[in-house]
Amino acid sequence: MGKKELSWRKREQFIEDNGIIFLDHVSKVYSKGAPAINDITLGIAKGEFVFIVGDSGSGKSTLIRLLLRELTATEGSVYVMGSDLAKLKHRQVPKFRRNLGVVFQDFRLLNDRNVYENVAFAQRIIEIPTSEIRRNVPTILATVGLAGKYKAKTRQLSGGEQQRVALARALVNKPSILLADEPTGNLDPKNSWEIMTLLEEINQSGTTVVVVTHNREIVNAMHKRVVTMKRGVIISDEEGGEYIDED
Amino acid sequence: MKIRTLFYTIRQGFVNIFRNKWYSLASIATIAACLFLFGLFYSIVMNFRSIVMKAEEGVSVTVFFHYENDWCDAHVEGQIPSDARIEEIGQMIANRAEVSDVIFISDEEAWENYRRDNWGENYEAYSKGFLENPLKGDHSYEVFISDVSLQSALVTWLESLPEVSKVNHSALTADTLSGANLLIAYVSIGIIIILLAVSIFLISNTVAIGISVRSEEINIMKYIGATDFFVRSPFVLEGMLIGLLGAALPLWLIYGIYNYVLNYIGERFSILSNFLAFLPVDELFGVLTPVSLLVGIGIGFLGSIVTVRKHLHV
Repeated sequence: MGKKELSWRKREQFIEDNGIIFLDHVSKVYSKGAPAINDITLGIAKGEFVFIVGDSGSGKSTLIRLLLRELTATEGSVYVMGSDLAKLKHRQVPKFRRNLGVVFQDFRLLNDRNVYENVAFAQRIIEIPTSEIRRNVPTILATVGLAGKYKAKTRQLSGGEQQRVALARALVNKPSILLADEPTGNLDPKNSWEIMTLLEEINQSGTTVVVVTHNREIVNAMHKRVVTMKRGVIISDEEGGEYIDED
Repeated sequence: MKIRTLFYTIRQGFVNIFRNKWYSLASIATIAACLFLFGLFYSIVMNFRSIVMKAEEGVSVTVFFHYENDWCDAHVEGQIPSDARIEEIGQMIANRAEVSDVIFISDEEAWENYRRDNWGENYEAYSKGFLENPLKGDHSYEVFISDVSLQSALVTWLESLPEVSKVNHSALTADTLSGANLLIAYVSIGIIIILLAVSIFLISNTVAIGISVRSEEINIMKYIGATDFFVRSPFVLEGMLIGLLGAALPLWLIYGIYNYVLNYIGERFSILSNFLAFLPVDELFGVLTPVSLLVGIGIGFLGSIVTVRKHLHV
């Protein structure tokens, strides 16, 4: 990669060759201690569904933070949609993040606003006209099964419903990639499966989905690509793989 | 920035105040308390200063000239000024920078003043005993000074004029007033700086706490792609509105109290008004209002911009 950003055509070619997400010998060392991620190389193709699994401290969350450009790699390069994230200036980060949908274990909703406002907020920040927001938000809420609850305050919703709101917010801007960090971590099995079914549907519509999870049952049942991490390195990467218990 | 985003930002600024009403109230109360103390102190100091300045305005120097009379010493002969020379000296005095006003007192006026001041009700009776003005030729000037600290320089210059026989002045009054004025200036500057520093510290901390509890909200906005400007604007507007309200409240209160005190003193202690020169409301608030509003809005603006910046690096 040169110093300048690639042209659209070259970027498409780069994604074709290396994947929509490409980590090239990436290491991340925090100021103290051992590297959280140690010389990882990983490519994820456009439209893939990938589980990232591993124990606590294996580097999964650091990986997600690198993809969100919340952190920058100490060594190596992280490419997302053909952009070298290390070269993004601080002011370019918001625009970059608008191509990513993010879902967290703790939902991270704006609790003083209702369901509609939480989802509409994602559209407001990219300056979508209000008339369009009024059309788009009910559509996406219907997709996640919350059409009837748009006026409810998020605190009044169950964990599963809150995660659906977070999903709706992540999807309303039609992102190319959806990053889900332990999306079922706070949910019961029934709700967990409902969320995973939704994620699969989203993936089938063309969105690349990366799910970081501890949920062995779901990973083993869904037969997707499974990348297993341990102490900052990838120890296995298998299509239709299973959650390997190293202990 | 699109116009709808601008309106959204403004609306959010107002909405945030109501959403976080307890922090908003705490911030407004802190700003109001600090600026109330500042305003109160400012009002007291400015009035005290005005009273001293009024007293200074009354301080005058009287300049007498040599004139022909029975006890005229030989050595002053030739130093007796003509009327034209007295007028010329009057002009020279008036042209000096430290002089605010010069009043010419003729020998007739001097004699008239003497009789009125000393003879009271016997004025008519005693006056009949004098066929002519015993102070004939004794003209003088009453010189008022804009700054009493410059009185001694003026007196030295006046005494150096050969036509001047005597310069009446009170060095003690001038020094006391000049010292009091200086002391008030130093003390008030010191206290105002301390009060402002304490206010800025307290207010920015309150605004900072109010924003810090919403760091999660800022993080969420950043994760879903909001620009720094988009995140910061409602908070900054909120900070400025809180500052404005916090500044307006004590101004309104001090205005009421000040008006009441002025009326009360005017009615109950009217005798004081001759020598206590209270500043008119308009004059006092002409300075206090813009300063308080600027401090309130400025601290709200800076406090919020600095605090939000800490949470933007996500």
